[in-house]
This record gives sequence, structure tokens and C-alpha cells, in this order.
Amino acid sequence: MSSETRAVIVGGNRTPFARAGKHYAEASNQDLLTAAIDGLVARYGLQGQRIGEVAAGAVLKHSRDFNLTREAVLGSALSAETPAYDLQQACATGLETVAGLANKIKLGQIESGIAGGVDSASDAPIAVSEGLRAVLLKLSRARSTKDKLGALSALRPQHLAPSAPNTAEPRTGLSMGEHQAITTAEWGISRAAQDELAAASHHNLAAAYDAGFFDDLVTPYLGLARDANLRADTSIEKLAKLQPVFGTGLSTPATMTAGNSTPLSDGASTVLLGSEEWATRNGLPILAHFVDSEAAAVDFVHGKDGLLMAPAFAVPRLLARNKLSFADFDFFEIHEAFAGTVLASLAAWESEEFCSTRLGLDKALGPIDRSKLNVNGSSLAAGHPFAATGGRIVASLAKLLRQTGKRRGLISVCAAGGQGVTAIVEAA
Amino acid sequence: MTDKYLQLVNAGPTRNVAKKLGLPRPAPLRRYATGDPLVTKPVLVLGDSAESDAVSTSLLSWDVEVHRHALADEQLSAIVVLLDELSHPDQLAGHVLEAGAALRDLAPGGQVVTISRPGTDGDAPAVAAARQGVEGFLRSLAHELRAGSTANGIQLADGVPPSSVGAQGALRFLLSGRSAFVDGQFLLVGDETGAIPADWHHPLAGRVAVVTGAARGIGAEIARTLTRDGAKVVAVDVPAAGQALAAVANEVHGTALQLDITRDDAGEQILRHCVDRHGRLDIVVHNAGITRDKLLANMDADRWNSVIGVNISAQLKINEVLLGSEYFTDSPRIVSLASTSGIAGNRGQTNYAASKAGVIGMTRATAPLIAEHGGTINAVAPGFIETEMTARIPFATREVARRLNSLQQGGLPVDVAEAIAFLAAPQAGGINGQFLRVCGQNLVGA
Repeated sequence: MSSETRAVIVGGNRTPFARAGKHYAEASNQDLLTAAIDGLVARYGLQGQRIGEVAAGAVLKHSRDFNLTREAVLGSALSAETPAYDLQQACATGLETVAGLANKIKLGQIESGIAGGVDSASDAPIAVSEGLRAVLLKLSRARSTKDKLGALSALRPQHLAPSAPNTAEPRTGLSMGEHQAITTAEWGISRAAQDELAAASHHNLAAAYDAGFFDDLVTPYLGLARDANLRADTSIEKLAKLQPVFGTGLSTPATMTAGNSTPLSDGASTVLLGSEEWATRNGLPILAHFVDSEAAAVDFVHGKDGLLMAPAFAVPRLLARNKLSFADFDFFEIHEAFAGTVLASLAAWESEEFCSTRLGLDKALGPIDRSKLNVNGSSLAAGHPFAATGGRIVASLAKLLRQTGKRRGLISVCAAGGQGVTAIVEAA
Repeated sequence: MTDKYLQLVNAGPTRNVAKKLGLPRPAPLRRYATGDPLVTKPVLVLGDSAESDAVSTSLLSWDVEVHRHALADEQLSAIVVLLDELSHPDQLAGHVLEAGAALRDLAPGGQVVTISRPGTDGDAPAVAAARQGVEGFLRSLAHELRAGSTANGIQLADGVPPSSVGAQGALRFLLSGRSAFVDGQFLLVGDETGAIPADWHHPLAGRVAVVTGAARGIGAEIARTLTRDGAKVVAVDVPAAGQALAAVANEVHGTALQLDITRDDAGEQILRHCVDRHGRLDIVVHNAGITRDKLLANMDADRWNSVIGVNISAQLKINEVLLGSEYFTDSPRIVSLASTSGIAGNRGQTNYAASKAGVIGMTRATAPLIAEHGGTINAVAPGFIETEMTARIPFATREVARRLNSLQQGGLPVDVAEAIAFLAAPQAGGINGQFLRVCGQNLVGA
């Protein structure tokens, strides 16, 4: 992508990620997103400033949160004259907000932006049953007492059972974990390989915290100072003892456990973006450039590809457009929706057959140097508040590039609905 | 954190009961708000040296009405006694007794300020006796004053005139509501460095200040007070306190730096943040501190080492980096938090007292090093201050601790913050290597 103005990543801020129903059980999406923005404002001294635009979103969203991001801005220390909009692309929401604002900055439409995302599985909206909804709507239209009573008389006890939120795909009825279990089995990913990846995620994240890596990336919230899901003392042996929870109905042995799958979690993240000129003018650091991004989607409905395999298609397109290969990258941030997702993507890129038949390449993309993969931990250890994951990854990778003096990082995030968003971040 | 007793004896029907019973009646103290006049009533300046004219001139330039002799039945905001030319104890009587006669005209919340010379090794015996005599006089007088009035002294090193910047700064501080909880203390002005601020109400304008331990309590109040006085504040605290720290930073329109000050590179991180983001660093307030109280017989190495590490070793390491930096050279200021525990000692606080006494020693020894850059380093030693920490002291113990000073009440975090803001200001240039107690003349720790 050639353009005069580049979009720079100044830094980020997120809350620690909590496990659903625990530390943030009483906090709403708006509370969490406001806290993440306020921490960012404090870190960079943006109080009272008008930011070009704030874009964020949530996956689990109440109807009352129709203007979630703008409301969070109004509740924050930013200038009330800062415009904001909501976006939703399942787990890719956070990365897509970064991409959208970065593009606006590159076009010169805005000079600065805050991208973000939030999700609270604790405070998930609970929909009423279709039966109760029909009764309530009829009741609201009723004018006379007789009509109102008539409407209410249609109410049946079974209508009162709420329609609880779940991660099932509307078109298949299968949960995300069950979808991934099929993919994991198809690619022959072993239990041991998944547990190994999960253990590395915890150990890497714990080491990064101890080294102070997150001191300027995370602001504690409601008494939580580190990601609650983090188990510094976990091991491959401990993980090996867990019972499988997904894929138990498949013909192949079930390999996916609570240990190598991400838990439902709560949290929010933000990323401060700007033009180089804006950052310099305001005395702000420039950690990295947001270079380019590419989305993809797969037809998981008819079983052509796995639900979470879209990044396998987005990455080669992104690489081709930027004339890069895996060898040109120093770090890889592949969102660990499940250990199986990461390993299946790696296997796909290493497969001559997949790369030629499905990606139309001459040869395999090749292996990724595992020592460059998720070096400061990822979703398996940190947790995965859906829309907050992109912001976590972008800010952490930008800081990592700055800290190590390395050149380039690749981000890959899969999302429900068979989608995926990928991006390239380069050192400033 | 409110002092209920103070409210009861000063208002409503309980006020008269307290009066009849002869109960101690601590007075609400006069505290400073931006734009407040220095004093509202005339100031009596006693002394016949030419220097007393210089003091009067300063006061007049601050729009203060100056009297050179007490007038009958006229209330005074303050009495300033010039004792800088004493050479024999016999000479004390004239000025001191004249001040005594004027005491009944002192308005509630008024000040008595002496200006004298410190005793030094080279003094003739009579001179030394006279100079040291002022200290005993002033400290006893401070005990006698009522209704929230205080008595403090300014000591001018030989050769430093009362018209010097440091003397003017100290006088203004002691006459203002900024020094409400400073009582029975001396400020030593050692030389003539320093500068009169362009705006007395915003003396820190254009300065960048770091406050450690800024997430809560006294640290948060220091951040507010420095900001009020015009500084841009970088609020520092441990990462775990980040949520409260962000709230403080946002309130004062500063920046939050989550940092464990005991990290090896803490000094570099502070310096880099300030220079990169705010272009400079002028003031560092070492406020962060912890307590891990235990009788020495039960003290383990962890408790001892963590207190020493945070309260003094971290400061030493950070100061070393600052003093070696080309960015910390424009009349820099360091102010450290000591404690009356470090002076008097306190049961169960051997580690804490060692660290706080260490702060006083470090301050004294660092003074000549920072003076090379026209800078100063000083310490503030709070007495009983109403904080979340002291609110956890058992009721009876807390009540005793509160009343155990000349003002019969605990100080507020802002009282400590005011002393720090003063020592960080350009007009405090001549004050270096000292410690100032903010304790209401607590009986503990002289």
C-alpha cells in the first residue's frame, strides 16, 4: 500500500481479562470500555482532547447498548466532541476497528483515532423466548384492559424460560468448539501438540508480566491487575489430565479440553492510532505502523472449510499484495481461539496440497518459526473477550517490535460466521 | 477520615458544652485556595535593623498593610519579629516582650514568624547563646498560641539578607494558609539562589513534576496541589494501583506512568517518559512508601528489605540517574517524604524509621550534588495526617495521636502537599538539604 500518510500505532491500553462471572460480573460493556479508554487517556495525557474518531464494538451486546462506543466516550475523560461509532465482526471486531481507523488516517480523513473492543460474557444480554416476545409485543399494542388481559392470557409457563446466549452458529447449530473439533480432527492435530501450545501460551504470558511488559499496556480494573485466566504454573502434564469437552461425538479421539480452548471472558482493549505528524506534534511515542489488512470468509455451512479457517485464506492474499513471505516476519500473532485453530492454520500453510488446490499457490507457504509465534502469550492464557482481542494483539505486537528492534509482525484473527481478519504491522 | 470531635467543639450546642467543660477546642485551620490574599489584616513587623525595612518592603509589595508598632485594639494577621542581629541573650527581651504584648491582638489562625540566624560552629559563646535561644523561645511560644495560630522561624545563614529570594519565599509560605499545619518549626535559608515566581499563585507554571505513589492519599493530593500551582504532573505508582492512578492522572490532566520504582531501570523510565512526552523534568517528589510494621524480635528479612527497598534504596537509585542526566539541570527540585517516626522512632517501626531517617540523611548528603545545578533537595516529615492509613488506627489511639500536638488535631494530606509544593517552587531556592516537619508541633520527635 503506497500512500503519503502512514497510520502509526502510538500505544494501547486494556483491562486485565477476567473469567466470565468473576471479577467483572457486575460491570457492563460500557463500564469496561470506558475504563479502557480512561486508562488510555491517562497514559497519553489526552484529557479533554478531541480525537478524530473512536471505533469499537462488542459481540454480546444489549439492545440498550445501541450507541455503546459513543456512550463510553461521553463517560470518559476525552472531549465530548469526539465522534464514535460501533462495529461488529464477531471476534475480529477489535482488529477491524484498527484497520478501519488506520485507513481513515491514511486517507487523511482523520489525524487520530482510538480503536477498541469490549465483551462481557458475564453481562451477556438474555433474550426472552419467541413466545414471550410475541405476547409482550401484543400487550404493548393493546389499548383496552380487555385486550391487555387477552394478550396476557396467551402467556404459558414455558415462555418464561430465557433464551440463553451461546456460541452456537445459527446456521449449523454447532458450537464454535464443536466446529473446531471437526477441523482439528480433519487436520490430524494431536492432543499433545495442542497442550504444548497452551502451556507455552501461559508460560510466555506469565514471563511477560514478570518482565513488566504489560506495565504500559494494561490498567488494572476492579481489583484485577493481571489476566485472571493466567496459570503461570501450568504444565503439559497438568493439561494432559483434563477431560476432552469438544468433539466427543466424533469418530476420532476427542482432543479439545478446557485447557487448550479459550474460556469465556470479560474485558476491553483500546489502541491509540494517529498520523506520524499528529503523534510527533503531541509528543507521543510511535511504536509501529499499521501497514495493511485483509479479511476472508469461508463456506463452513456446507462443510467446505472449517468455521475458523478463514485466516488461512486471508494471509496468502495479504502476503501477495505486500510481496512478502513468512520469512519476512519476525513475529506471528495468531489468535488462539483454540490451540487446534492455530495448529490447523499452520498445518494448512505447510500443506502442498491445500496451498495449491485451495489457495492457488505454486507451492506451500511453508512453516512458521515457532519461536516467533505468540511470544508474549495469547488468548489461551490471557482469555478472549471476543471484540477485545484485536486491540490486545495490535498494541502488544507494536510494543514488542519497538522493544526488540525487530521489523515486522503478522496478525491473524479468526471469527464466528466463518470469517477472519489479518494484518501486517511494521516497526516505525 | 473526618475529625468529629473538632466539629463538635466548634459548632452547634455542643460548642458551649465544650467551652464550659474547658475541653480542648482545636480550631479549624485557615487553608489556602488559589487567589486567596496572603493575609487579610495588618502584619506587625518588630525590629529596628535596616533589615526590618526590607521585610516591610516585601510585605508592602504583596499588598499587605504593615505596622511597625502595635495599635490598640487592632487585630493582626501576623507578627514578624526580626532577631537577625542578636549578639547576646540579653538583647532578646526587647523584641520578644514587645511581641508578647501584641499577642492578644493576633487574629484566630494568625502567625508569629521570627527571622534569626542559626548558631554555627564559629560563633562567639554569647552569639551562639542568643541565636540558639531563639529556638527555645519560638518553640515554647508555639505551644502557647491558641485558635489555630502558629509560630515558626526563618533562619538566615550568615550573609543571607532578609530581602533574599529564599527569605521572601519562606516568609510568604509561613504567612499563608499553605503552612496551616506547620508549627514550631524553622526554615533554614542557606544561600541566595532561587527566583521570585512570575505569578505567586502559579509558581510552578511551566514545570514538569513527577510524583511517586500518586494513586491515592497524600500522593494524589500532592499531584493535585502541584497541578494547582501550575505544574504538569506525571503520576507514578505500581502497576497494581493503575486504576486509581489513571483517575488521578485524568483529574489533574497529567499522565500516568505505571512503574515499580524498585525496578533497576526506574530512573531511566521516569526520565524518558518525562522528556519524551513533556519535553523536560524539573521536580521529583519521592512520596511512594510502604509500612510493614512488626517488633524487631518478630521482623523477617522480607518485611525489613521491602520497606528499605521502596522507601529509601529506590530513591537513591533514581536520584543517581537524575543527577547524572543532562535533562535534570534547570534548577531541579527533589522533595522526599520522611516521617516523624524517622526522627523520634516508633515502637514496631524499626524498619520504617530506619528508612525515613535514611531519607533525612540522604537529603542532607545529596544537597551539595544538586546545588551544582542550582537545584535543591529537601524532605518533609509529616506527623499525624488524616489518611486512609491513619483511619485504620483504633479509635482511642487515634484520638490521642490527633490531640498530641499544639493544634490539637490531625493534619490533612493537603498540608503535606503544600509544604512539598513550596519546597519545589523557585522561591524556595535557598532551602537545601533540610527537612521540614508538618506535624502541628507534635510532642513526639522534638
